[in-house]
Amino acid sequence: MNGFLNWIEQRIPMMRVANMHALQYPAPRNMNFWYVFGFLATIVLVNQIITGVWLTMSYEPSADGAFRSVEFIMREVDYGWLLRYMHSTGASAFFIVVYLHMFRGMIYGSYQKPRELLWIFGMFIYLALMAEAFMGYVLPWGQMSYWGAQVIVSLFGAIPVIGPDLVIWIQGDYVISGATLNRFFALHVIALPLVIVILVFLHIIALHEVGSNNPDGVAIKHKKGSLPESEKTPYKIHEYYTDKYDIADDVVPFFPHIVLKDLVAFCVFLAAFTYVMFFAPEMGGKFLEHPNFEIADPLKTPEHIFPVWYFTPFYAILKAVPDKLFGVLAMFAAIGFLFALPWWDRSNVRSWRYRSGLHKVNLIVFAIVFIFLGYLGGTPQEAWKLIASQIATIMYFGFFIALFLYSKNEKTKPVPERIPK
Amino acid sequence: MKKLMYFLVFFLPGVAMAAGGNVPLDKAPIDLTDKASLQRGAKLFMNYCLGCHSQKYQRYSRTFEDLGIPEDLGEKYLQFTGEKVTDYITNTMPETGAANWFGNPPPDLTLVARVRGPDWIYTYLRTFYVDESRPFGVNNKVFPDVGMPHVLQPLQGTPRETNEEMLVDGEMVERYVGIKSDGDGALSPGEYDQAVGDLVNFLEYSGEPSRLESEQIGKWVLVFIAVLFVFVFLLKKEYWREVH
Amino acid sequence: MSNVSVDANEPAHNDNQPKNNNRRRFLTVATSVVGGVGVVGAAVPFIASWNPSAKAKAAGADVEVDISGIEPGQLIRVMWRSKPVWIVRRTPEILEELKQHEDNLKDPNSEAEQQPAFAKNYYRSEKEEYLVLVGICTHLGCSPTHLKNGAFEEIVEGVPDGFFCPCHGSKFDMAGRVFQNVPAPLNLVVPPYQYVDDTTMIIGSTAEEA
Repeated sequence: MNGFLNWIEQRIPMMRVANMHALQYPAPRNMNFWYVFGFLATIVLVNQIITGVWLTMSYEPSADGAFRSVEFIMREVDYGWLLRYMHSTGASAFFIVVYLHMFRGMIYGSYQKPRELLWIFGMFIYLALMAEAFMGYVLPWGQMSYWGAQVIVSLFGAIPVIGPDLVIWIQGDYVISGATLNRFFALHVIALPLVIVILVFLHIIALHEVGSNNPDGVAIKHKKGSLPESEKTPYKIHEYYTDKYDIADDVVPFFPHIVLKDLVAFCVFLAAFTYVMFFAPEMGGKFLEHPNFEIADPLKTPEHIFPVWYFTPFYAILKAVPDKLFGVLAMFAAIGFLFALPWWDRSNVRSWRYRSGLHKVNLIVFAIVFIFLGYLGGTPQEAWKLIASQIATIMYFGFFIALFLYSKNEKTKPVPERIPK
Repeated sequence: MKKLMYFLVFFLPGVAMAAGGNVPLDKAPIDLTDKASLQRGAKLFMNYCLGCHSQKYQRYSRTFEDLGIPEDLGEKYLQFTGEKVTDYITNTMPETGAANWFGNPPPDLTLVARVRGPDWIYTYLRTFYVDESRPFGVNNKVFPDVGMPHVLQPLQGTPRETNEEMLVDGEMVERYVGIKSDGDGALSPGEYDQAVGDLVNFLEYSGEPSRLESEQIGKWVLVFIAVLFVFVFLLKKEYWREVH
Repeated sequence: MSNVSVDANEPAHNDNQPKNNNRRRFLTVATSVVGGVGVVGAAVPFIASWNPSAKAKAAGADVEVDISGIEPGQLIRVMWRSKPVWIVRRTPEILEELKQHEDNLKDPNSEAEQQPAFAKNYYRSEKEEYLVLVGICTHLGCSPTHLKNGAFEEIVEGVPDGFFCPCHGSKFDMAGRVFQNVPAPLNLVVPPYQYVDDTTMIIGSTAEEA
């Protein structure tokens, strides 16, 4: 057996990769529950890919057949309803864990030097995920699929000069039609999943190159020769890391320690996930919107059109600006500002544990504003909401501006050299 | 962990109100385990609704099987247009003719309970009232200017909008208090409510035939996850014992 | 070269706590077993979803055929489970032919289970006159051609009627029995069927089942 494994190892470095990236990957031992969402996101990604492949086996990508084929899956394919709910619940679960994953990065400063690219790759994943989710939502070809697509695609019409032609080009028709459905289907099942998988790969490679951050924002890799033997980790860490650095006694191997921790979180997550999936897959109309159980009708707009909940913060920003072009620009700027987060923050202290009260308030207010924007974008328009969404929009951007201004000379607490016991 | 829970609670606001008129919706008596109610509802649907509406995503055979109706009985008493028992539940009304007659083709009702919600349908079917200004002589409280006749009138009797004088903020005003039947229908008001309840229960079933099976499986999956959690948790503790 | 062991990463010097290896081993095995059960359970819907759907089953239901209009010697095709089923009304001459070439057949007495019990007879049918066959060659699944009124003589000398598979040249007589020296190994399949009355038959179930 060992001979066989060696034979393989000499030809393809399976164990070396496994050791380097899992068995002997040094992970800070103080990672708390905020650090499980990356693992959970990976699990959900796998779930989406597998259930997606299975749904494709019975789905029919055409304006005439799409809605019927979804009901066919729900009623006539053995356990088709389960596969579909795994996929639809998975879509929302994906965004829940990704938003929490991103917020973790924000509170512990995981985007700061040297993890800027890691953050950028993550933002690209988020962007690709939004495109993937949007196109996936069109496929059931219900009323919300159709009119949601209509609204989102129309946004491109705001671009000066080329806008109107661009919209027709994207649609492949003068309205959202079967042609649009077919190209979205192709992108949803092949192109974007490939992009996402590649980006996730790059995200992980970048993570393992710079190393995992932790709630104290303390480095676990120290200059070679700077640590006495007694302060080095007793665990076997891969040469890739120990050759370049002294690894402090602050780490555990990713496998089994971190994996087991992630698995505990996974069980909790799975319980919540399966509860929703089996008992409330519509989640009160948030995961599967009620009007989407009605077949797309180009002649009849539903009374209220909302994007699915994970888009609503940006939708609220769009609606807050009374000009079409500037509304669209504001919406894209909202995502652009997030991309640039490593450069808004000029502090060299990472974790909010050692940063000023102002920073903590700023982060919490940002989270509340984001959720509030999500509420505003997902409920019917009312007079007070317009003003509220304008204020919230200003506060959203204000977070970055304020961060830029105070982070240069922020009063921070001393960061310990080593992870506190 | 607490922070996470708050986050989730705020992020996923509760059930949205169903759209429609300004009448509060009555709670529909939904019980998918009540096979007798579902069977009565199916019978009402086939007799009163299927003339104009279809359930084209569902087969007769599936409905019969789920509702515990033997196929030969179902074929005899619930199928009127001579289709096979494995056919989809469609009607013979041509779409264009229907569109001319009603303004719009009558919608398919397979998924209506998932679009409107059972409470809306339950209230809708019990709030038709006589309004001679409308083409069909009736209007509806939750669906103003509805383009559908009151097909259940033979059961309910002639429905009248009832208003009562009442004191609001020191002034006497007329307020809508409900629908009262003239009593010329086949059913008493209580029986009519129950019949509509059965029908809505059936529509709730047909919107998602997998509901009961889903909850049945779901229970066992949750039990399994609890067991898995115990083992994973103990193993995690075992490995982390030496770390802190 | 890194080590090729997959043993869990143990601290090299950290013996201030007695390690309970048995407990650890038990928990590892138990968790793996429970997790394995979970994976198997999760696979069920994926595997089950490949079964024929309700649509396929509805399409695969029994087919009722009116046979009153078939001319003597004529072959009609009906679809059953998306497969062609032939119904041939055999003339007395054709029935007579069946006796002429028995030496030439692989399985003249229909020993192989290629027909319901009631059709394991000389004519491979319930009533001599009507032959019912699944029109798919037992070699690789092509549908053979019906050659009649002497056209089959070119294929097998002295046999005027029969079925010839254009794909790989398999030959069958008018009871669906396969000739020797062709690639097809078995006689053509007789599907389950039954007569409702003299002019109607049902393909898909036999009288015993019903």
